[in-house]
Amino acid sequence: MKKYFSFFRLRFTLGLQYRVAALAGIATQFAWGFMEVMIFAAFYRGDKNAFPMSLSATCSYIWLGQGFLAFFATWMMDNEIFDSILKGNIAYELCRPIDIYNIWFSKSVAVRLSRAMLRCFPILLVAAFLPDPYGLAKPESCLHFFLFILTLALGLLVTAAFCMLIYILTFYTISPQGLRILFTSAADFFSGGVIPLPFFPEPVQKIMELLPFAAMQNVSLRIYSGSMETDEMKKAILLQLFWLFILIFTGKILCRRAEKKITVQGG
Amino acid sequence: MKKIISDIKLYKHYISINLRGMMQYKTSFFLSAMGQFLISFNVFLGIFFLFQRFSKVEGFTYSQVLLCFSILLLEFSLAESFARGFDTFSEMVRQGEFDRILVRPRGEILQVLGSNFELTRIGRMLQALVMFVYGVSKSGIDWNLLKILTVFFMILGGTSLFTGLFILQAGLCFFTLEGLEIMNIFTDGAREFGKYPMEVYGRKMLLFTTFLIPYSLVQYYPLLYILERRTSPLYVVLPLAAAWFLFPSLALWKLGVRRYTSSGS
Amino acid sequence: MITVNHLCKSYRIAKRNPGFTAACKALFHREYEIIHALKDVSFTISDGEMVGYIGPNGAGKSSTIKILSGILTPEGGTVSVDGRVPWKNRIEHVRQIGVVFGQRSQLWWDVPVMDSFELLKDIYSVPTPQYKKSLEELTALLHLEELLRSPVRQLSLGQRMKCEIAASLLHNPRILFLDEPTIGLDAVSKLAVREFILQLNKEKGTTVILTTHDMQDIEALASRIILIGKGQILMDGNIDSIKKGSAAIDETVAELYHSYEVV
Repeated sequence: MKKYFSFFRLRFTLGLQYRVAALAGIATQFAWGFMEVMIFAAFYRGDKNAFPMSLSATCSYIWLGQGFLAFFATWMMDNEIFDSILKGNIAYELCRPIDIYNIWFSKSVAVRLSRAMLRCFPILLVAAFLPDPYGLAKPESCLHFFLFILTLALGLLVTAAFCMLIYILTFYTISPQGLRILFTSAADFFSGGVIPLPFFPEPVQKIMELLPFAAMQNVSLRIYSGSMETDEMKKAILLQLFWLFILIFTGKILCRRAEKKITVQGG
Repeated sequence: MKKIISDIKLYKHYISINLRGMMQYKTSFFLSAMGQFLISFNVFLGIFFLFQRFSKVEGFTYSQVLLCFSILLLEFSLAESFARGFDTFSEMVRQGEFDRILVRPRGEILQVLGSNFELTRIGRMLQALVMFVYGVSKSGIDWNLLKILTVFFMILGGTSLFTGLFILQAGLCFFTLEGLEIMNIFTDGAREFGKYPMEVYGRKMLLFTTFLIPYSLVQYYPLLYILERRTSPLYVVLPLAAAWFLFPSLALWKLGVRRYTSSGS
Repeated sequence: MITVNHLCKSYRIAKRNPGFTAACKALFHREYEIIHALKDVSFTISDGEMVGYIGPNGAGKSSTIKILSGILTPEGGTVSVDGRVPWKNRIEHVRQIGVVFGQRSQLWWDVPVMDSFELLKDIYSVPTPQYKKSLEELTALLHLEELLRSPVRQLSLGQRMKCEIAASLLHNPRILFLDEPTIGLDAVSKLAVREFILQLNKEKGTTVILTTHDMQDIEALASRIILIGKGQILMDGNIDSIKKGSAAIDETVAELYHSYEVV
């Protein structure tokens, strides 16, 4: 545990060193959030009744999405891991007495956590002071805030487990590039990264909510502003746990098979 | 004159060597082109599903929005293909490859332009064309020569504007390599948010994109003319005015090169 | 003829202190320090000379080479290369020089070597007859016939270096700058490269300026050594006058570095 904490600290310090990069990143994400908010506000002006959730809840969704971008963006993958697979350095890692799935998984989580910690506070703080309904609203209630934190953590783990599948499938494919493109753009769309899931037509939304992608950012960002009923929340959290289990389970099995393949073929 | 002819000949040679290199990796080329298509396809899907729920945004219909988005996407992809060398210039500086350019007896701009020609953006152009055809066929526009000319000028002006932005970004590389992400707001951000007519983003944004970074000159105003909400023929040539952006960008680039040669990094 | 007088150059770099607290502090305030890369450097190199320019890392070697090749503008001092000031009229100047950066490639990775050569012909606007003549000579001297049709990525390091050198000479420059030309090469390739450079210098009278850490290169090629350390010329002279008896060149240079306290 101490090992992971010091790794996290190192990443965080590294992030701080590049202060201009951090500031530029924050500015970019802020601009992105702002433009998104303007788009939804324009649609809201056009037809208030067609809006599936309140404008304020939509804006909170957008700002939280920007604040925790590093948690949920599947395209932010660890190139070190890809390189170690493609260039064969993985052979060294296999020599060490550690479980490769666990070490990569915790590394991915640590990287995402440190990135988000560096960027989320300034973004969320500014967003909180924007005039209502365009800014980040207060959470619906204490309970909602608690559930938000819980589902945020679950969502992070699901995202990391999903990315693990992409890393591991690299072993099995001749074209990791194509696989990566396909998976990340599907994840971006189905997780509610392009538009929040409630904005999809009802039948489409029903199916999308069952997919593993909906267990990423969708749940926590919607729970925060109370746009989910109690039953929906229960179901969503159970689905998060279910997908987390399935993703890790498949990942571990595929990882073990890949390890065998490498040891047999000699890398 | 002789110099210009020789420059054009050299540029063609650069493009040809880039294409020959790319054809060595056909699978990779195909996949990257597909990836480019998918990224923009997500944006398209976002618009599509929002318009399942809403009929209009600021008075613009679905097909009109697609028309607007497709032209901007085409401009962006064209600029990205041709000015890719400027877009990826930070890599060139990091790896010290700019030194190589300086020890060759040719203009730096020509050499950077020639260093990279990105044909994979054809994936995006293809999507832009499909949306354009759909937008044109559904928006019931009465086409005439002036309107066709307007579209042509939009593509010309917009490609220049985005090329200018890439040059600006490259120029900044001489001053900071860390803060470059901020330029994404103006390049990728414009591609992403140029999908809706600028009016959607409010009056202040419209002013900003008219006078400071003139996206509206190649997007919003000519669109109004094509949709016959404005009639003054001034709107036909307005997109060409966006090319003024090249001048400050080139000035910053020149300043950057001078700084590079005096600091060596 | 290259004349360098009282050349000065300094850089300002940001300090980066280790540790978490320092990183937080640096968010608000950053300290800089001035590095004097060149302090009053002067030398003269005549036409057709072969000079080894040596010194430990960070001594100012690459700053000098950058200034001589027109990439960098100095703060003080004068430089004249065949009557030209390199940084004043860069394009005219670089037409007459060739530069080989041993660690970086100037060839296009995925296309046959020949294609890169053709492009360089256009970049340097070399007239076709002259290009054909240079190409023939270089192909014969460096034994390139077999290599010209293969893409660069398929060549070995030694084969690639030969092609790199040929690429820098297609426009028939009067002066050749070689930066670590034998780094990472196997013994056979090293010898071939050295032999070629000697021949080039003898037959065409090309001035060669060589920076390297490989002292065998210096021994084989350079009749004169300029030693730079901490931004100053420490020694400029004949290679034999430095060598003490039968001591190997590596030891001699190491001793020199120590005696001048530059490492």
